[in-house]
Amino acid sequence: MQTHPVINDFVVRFANVNGTGSASANNMFAKAIFRMGIPVTPKNIFPSNIQGLPTWYEVRVSDKGYLGRREGVDIMICVNPQSMKADIAGLKSGSYFVYDNTKPLHKEFIREDINYIGIPLTEITLREYTDPRQRMLFKNIIYVGAMSALINLDMDILKQIISEQFQGKEKLIAPNHHALELGSQYVKEHYSFPLKFKLERRDLLKDKILFEGNAACALGAVFGGATVAAWYPITPSTSVVDAFSEYAEKFRVDPESGKNNYAIVQAEDELSAIGMVIGAMWNGARAFTATSGPGVSLMQEFLGLAYFAEVPAVLIDVQRTGPSTGMPTRTQQSDILCAAYASHGDTKHVLVIPSTPSECFEFTRQAFDLADQLQTPIIVMSDLDLGMNDHISDPLAINEDIKFKRGKVLTAEELENMDRFGRYLDSDKDGICYRTIPGTHPTRGMYFTRGSSRDEYAIYTEDGAAYKRNMDRLNKKWETIKSYVPQPEFYQNEQTSDLGVIFYGTSVYSALEAKDDLASQGIHMDAMRIRSFPFNEEVSDFISAHRKIFVIEQNRDAQMRSLLINEMDINPDKLIRVLNYDGLPITAHHIESIISKHLDVQPNASKSNLESTSISAS
Amino acid sequence: MSFQRPNFRHPELPVNELGYRKKDYEGSLSTLCAGCGHDSIGGALIQACFELNIEPHKLAKLSGIGCSSKTPAYFLGNSHGFNSVHGRMPSVATGANLANRDLMYLGVSGDDDTASIGMGQFVHLIRRNLNITYIVMNNGCYGLTKGQDSATADKGSKSKAGSVNEFQNIDLPGLAIELGAGFVARSFSGDKTQLIPLIKAAMAHPGFALIDVISPCVTFNNNVGSTKSYDYVREHIDATSTIDFTPPAEEITAQYADGSSLQLAMHDGSLLHLRKIQTGWDPTKKDSAVRALHEAYAKAEILTGLIYIDENQEDLHALLNTTETPLNKLQEKELVPNSSVLNDLNASFR
Repeated sequence: MQTHPVINDFVVRFANVNGTGSASANNMFAKAIFRMGIPVTPKNIFPSNIQGLPTWYEVRVSDKGYLGRREGVDIMICVNPQSMKADIAGLKSGSYFVYDNTKPLHKEFIREDINYIGIPLTEITLREYTDPRQRMLFKNIIYVGAMSALINLDMDILKQIISEQFQGKEKLIAPNHHALELGSQYVKEHYSFPLKFKLERRDLLKDKILFEGNAACALGAVFGGATVAAWYPITPSTSVVDAFSEYAEKFRVDPESGKNNYAIVQAEDELSAIGMVIGAMWNGARAFTATSGPGVSLMQEFLGLAYFAEVPAVLIDVQRTGPSTGMPTRTQQSDILCAAYASHGDTKHVLVIPSTPSECFEFTRQAFDLADQLQTPIIVMSDLDLGMNDHISDPLAINEDIKFKRGKVLTAEELENMDRFGRYLDSDKDGICYRTIPGTHPTRGMYFTRGSSRDEYAIYTEDGAAYKRNMDRLNKKWETIKSYVPQPEFYQNEQTSDLGVIFYGTSVYSALEAKDDLASQGIHMDAMRIRSFPFNEEVSDFISAHRKIFVIEQNRDAQMRSLLINEMDINPDKLIRVLNYDGLPITAHHIESIISKHLDVQPNASKSNLESTSISAS
Repeated sequence: MSFQRPNFRHPELPVNELGYRKKDYEGSLSTLCAGCGHDSIGGALIQACFELNIEPHKLAKLSGIGCSSKTPAYFLGNSHGFNSVHGRMPSVATGANLANRDLMYLGVSGDDDTASIGMGQFVHLIRRNLNITYIVMNNGCYGLTKGQDSATADKGSKSKAGSVNEFQNIDLPGLAIELGAGFVARSFSGDKTQLIPLIKAAMAHPGFALIDVISPCVTFNNNVGSTKSYDYVREHIDATSTIDFTPPAEEITAQYADGSSLQLAMHDGSLLHLRKIQTGWDPTKKDSAVRALHEAYAKAEILTGLIYIDENQEDLHALLNTTETPLNKLQEKELVPNSSVLNDLNASFR
């Protein structure tokens, strides 16, 4: 049944049991492909559970460099009997099923149209190891070793990765190398073929990195000068502060005194976390918190205060599947509206929306400048897919020696030389006022920060005209903000079509692939990636210039579309919803099928025969 | 409309060591009801800060929501203030304190702001031992919404409308001691001689310091049957001790040097002199302090004064091992790793 080889273009899925140590073996598998210079996209598909439930790890390999998730599995490595039935049922014809054949497969698991590759993982580990934990852990390394022989994954690279991973624990290196060999040898001795799907070294990645968004946000906070992190643990944002803590310990401990140039407080809840951020930034330090949807809900009141009282704050929202508890370990882009309009009254917040780890780094770093300059909360809108999965990305970069942009903060000298300080005076006519940091000057610059209405001198008032002046100035500031925030990204130099496609965040990967696929069928579309809210003129120009626009999002209610319509008075008929909200990252195939339906064309034949493989425990 | 206190003061008002007059510690005109206990507390704060020679701009005053939380506008007008959201002042104060450990922090709250909506943040503030003076203006009722019972209203206490509170009260000093607070006091807004030295001692305490001040609400909770009315409190008050406070570097007097007095040296060099009135009570012993509270409660007495003190606690900055330089003063060179670090990091992600 061997047919034409398929080089560097397939999907491998590992079916594991949560909590058995498979994650590092699976990561090693993806990293080794990355080091072979081949574009690779690994994704954790994991349950909201600590131990015992089925968990999957999916790796897409794409010579063309498409980094979105793709439906259909070509090679399944099944180490979890619990999900085996569903895993087999979901496979398409001609795919491979790698399993533990220590015991023979029951006949209900046999399909005629797929290839079975048995490796006696349990038998090998029973033979080789006495300790039960070792038997469990090395099983994972053995199947990676087996994959090395099956698809030509470079064994030297695998060994190198292990050596790096166990630096400082050298005695673990040899046993791990041995486990790799066990897997590889077994395959070589018992199977004569390399599979139809195989790897070939490439040089497609140059200086790219393989990194996860959450740790990139954490580094952005380090380089952005954050000294206070206040947080309440919540999936999938927890690793942001975990990573910040790790990097801060490395880069922020004063070598002479041994004292920390940072403070991290695990708050009692999200309300407290954002309160601490607001208190710290009010007092002139740079502070942030990281959370997800339910946390954003709890922070709403404080976000409204920070908007109205004009206190800087930085919040990283790693979105997950809502509403309510939803699916805590699945991805979505469904906090857009609740973040943009968080809190009661006429409130709106600045969103910056990264798509890659390097943007997670850059946007988080910039968020501190923006918060200080604009004196308002800045919300970094990441998501689980970006935050908790490794992505191929440009390297993290800083332009020069970083100088913090502190915005309009008055010094003692400036206060000395001015007539009367007015905290909410629009002196520069851009809507952004001057602020003072407590402790600056003995007799000047003091004011009262409050969530209630006040005049230009921060004095409490319920005068309607003063309230309205303030609210109008906040709107003027909103206009100013448009020139500060990241501009949208376009993927062609000029307009090529009257059709447009808009997307943001992690939808970019599959959106660009779908755009290419549709173009190959003669459907050309111009593409724009939104990278911030408020929307600037370029966003409205793009929308005006196109007859029909597809808005690709990962939520049910087309939240970005609503935001665009609401903020820019667009005719709703013009914006067509392209949505996915099953908790898994959106795919190009899905996007194409919706767009094709609207344009009344047949979707790409080469992709439409892919079976959608649902993931669920039987 | 806004209220401003007239600027004119007698030109020869006395100045403190820093050259500040008492008016430098005043704020805008109060908008609270005439006779409100909260204004008396504000007056005590003004006096205490004047006497302590505090530089007004080196103190930040933070509050939540409610009558009590409005008061920071009425004192320390030369200090930055932050009127935050209901019950959440402790978190804002924590962030502010983390940002700049060199300022003094004064938290002003009410019984509802602390014991109801803000209970969560209050207990965690104590747990973290933030260096703050936390004053609860406790009137046992909701003033701004016209007189509902609060969580500190005593069981059996009558509201102005005549209804009897059926629920147990939350005793904040008792709770604070249980939670490990290092400085716990209670006072009465009508007793400035006790309140002022307590405020001064609380400000000198290098960690969390609670002063629960019974502060009758003249409009909604000053009726017969209320256990937080002026008359009731005056009739049932029982002081633990008389208190005097000697600032650092001042000559130490021996005015309480008789057998029943206690001198406590604070970390900043100041001294707290206590002359005990309660027998069998030692403010440095937790069990003794708790017992004194319980005994007073059993006799329907309101125990006031310094109830418990432990001067040897580490504050949040010590616990977090933060640098002596305030975090908000750190510059790029202390905070941003150089670009070669980023190159090394990138290399590690390949």
